[in-house]
Amino acid sequence: MTSQSTREKVARSMKRRRASEARFRIYGMMSVMFGMLCLVVLFGDIFSKGLSAFRQTILTADIVIDGDYLDINARSDVSDLMNANYEGLLKEHFKNEMQPEGRSERRDLYSLISVGASWQLQKEVLADPNLIGKSITIDLIVDDDVDQWFKRDRSKPGASSRFSEAQLRWLQTWIDEDRLATRFNSQFFVNGDSREPELAGIRGAMTGTLLTLLVTFFLSFPVGVAAAIYLEEFAPKNRLTEIVEININNLAAVPSITFGLLGLAIFINMFGVARSTPLVGGLVLTLMTLPTIIISGRAAIKAVPPSIREAALGLGASKMQTVFHHVLPLAMPGMLTGTIIGMAQALGETAPLLMIGMIAFVVDVPGFINDPSTVLPVQIFLWSDSPERAFTERTSGAIIVLLGFLIIMNTAAVLLRRRLERRW
Amino acid sequence: MAIIENHKTVGIPLCKEPKLSARDVSVFYGEKQAIFNVDLDIGANEVIALIGPSGCGKSTFLRCLNRMNDTIDICRVTGSILLDDNNIYDARVDVVPLRAQVGMVFQKPNPFPKSIYDNVAYGPRIHGLATSRVDLDEIVEKSLQRAGLWGEVKDRLHSPGTGLSGGQQQRLCIARTIAVDPEVILMDEPCSALDPIATAKIEELIDELRENYTIAIVTHSMQQAARVSQRTAYFHLGQVIEVNTTDKVFTTPQHQLTEAYITGRFG
Repeated sequence: MTSQSTREKVARSMKRRRASEARFRIYGMMSVMFGMLCLVVLFGDIFSKGLSAFRQTILTADIVIDGDYLDINARSDVSDLMNANYEGLLKEHFKNEMQPEGRSERRDLYSLISVGASWQLQKEVLADPNLIGKSITIDLIVDDDVDQWFKRDRSKPGASSRFSEAQLRWLQTWIDEDRLATRFNSQFFVNGDSREPELAGIRGAMTGTLLTLLVTFFLSFPVGVAAAIYLEEFAPKNRLTEIVEININNLAAVPSITFGLLGLAIFINMFGVARSTPLVGGLVLTLMTLPTIIISGRAAIKAVPPSIREAALGLGASKMQTVFHHVLPLAMPGMLTGTIIGMAQALGETAPLLMIGMIAFVVDVPGFINDPSTVLPVQIFLWSDSPERAFTERTSGAIIVLLGFLIIMNTAAVLLRRRLERRW
Repeated sequence: MAIIENHKTVGIPLCKEPKLSARDVSVFYGEKQAIFNVDLDIGANEVIALIGPSGCGKSTFLRCLNRMNDTIDICRVTGSILLDDNNIYDARVDVVPLRAQVGMVFQKPNPFPKSIYDNVAYGPRIHGLATSRVDLDEIVEKSLQRAGLWGEVKDRLHSPGTGLSGGQQQRLCIARTIAVDPEVILMDEPCSALDPIATAKIEELIDELRENYTIAIVTHSMQQAARVSQRTAYFHLGQVIEVNTTDKVFTTPQHQLTEAYITGRFG
């Protein structure tokens, strides 16, 4: 074989090699693009549906707080102020304003305003009893149907079919008078759950999530770190520790609903922990988060170079001193990153919490870890099941908030890792 | 090449006033034996060089002297090593004070990722050698001076030790070892990661340290062994072939393996 023909062969194979390399690059780029596309579609869908949840339609009205009708005055005590018939006052006001004819028209009229409107009035009066007898301008929350119609559907054909002719006439009057408007939906962030979509908020679920995650963190972080240190630095390498190690890895792969059943059987049935509380939720999520923290913690400890351990041991540091003075500080960033990622997983977890009753309809915002509560993902699950269109919107709104938290936590994990990473 | 049956170390492995004396020391990694029945004395205030081809067990032997091999699970040591007539492999011996007494400098400079000051102060702190801040400052300064590093770092004691050059890092590690006031210093190829100038500085330092400390140094460089040591032990496949004054080992080796090694026929 001459060297000439060898060169030719190489030249021919080069073409093939270049082509296969180019093909591989295209496959890679396509995979990345597919992933990005999924993300864009997901975000686009959620944001297009959910952003409007952060705005709420209000009706501006001038209402005379008639002390005689409510049977109260500025010196009435608080319970009288609270129990006065604000709903009746509102109805009376709108009856006089819009002049509905007959019972059914009156009912139609009242249904345009949220039941929460009377609480708004009550709140104003409680805050300043001197308003009694005066006329106040107040932005009343409207019913969710009106809210949806005003925010999104007005211009679409057929969108008004939910309303009677009289209702449409009144709504048009309010629009003409420039009294219907949208503003930032603070209700969404300060209220707990409600049967009325326009009053439903995520404060209860957020507080529940926060409390649950606190319980999870304070249980799983110390236990996880201690387990990782022991297994990596102190435990003898034998059959037993090998079995423990394999089972920790198994635990990380167990379907989360199983942990829910375990929590139900052990924490609730055996130990009698109150169900549907952040305490039991946190306990169950701890079971789930522990393996993640232990595995990442061990990886972080393994990444500490042995030369550091040798240096400390060679100086006469005890095993304990070596670990706590040198290994642990260097492993901490990795451990914290793992912990944050574990907590982010716990934040999005729904299935095990359903098993321990956190799916209950809870209106009150929980104050402590033993109050009944729900969490964000379960709240999303609950709302997604509701027929009202306003709840669909709120479902997406809550998802945006949840995603926001997840992104913040993951960013924190990445930043922490970058910031604390040491080279040696 | 195989292990020599019934080999008896050639030369003068024992001395009159040994600081450390190893008797019949064998080391096993699991089933595999790495060191075979070594008898060797290390005299007070002498520098002994351990030389030999890669994998001959010289580092393993060195690490027996302050029981650093304990950290390896599968490693087993038999025989006895006396430090001032106390067997350091006695069951009652605690390795923590032992390692304060027999310090170690490693192949790769391994300062803690802390400040220069904290690197040197760490040992005295954990052993409670300083009663006050002033005391500690003094120990740190003295140790850095002895390691010949004080002049270079006195203005930046609180900058990270990992920011120093390789040679400075190694001298920092020596200062750190000196700070706990050991009697013996073990050096495991302390210059293998350093350039010739940094190496020269360390060698100079070893010569000065001999006044106060007993030093055992493992080295791959025969020139280094010739320059810094008074006695040299030649290791071969886990056996000590020959021990003699450094002069004799390098000028008139008695064993053929020693001669083959120092003349560069293998290694």
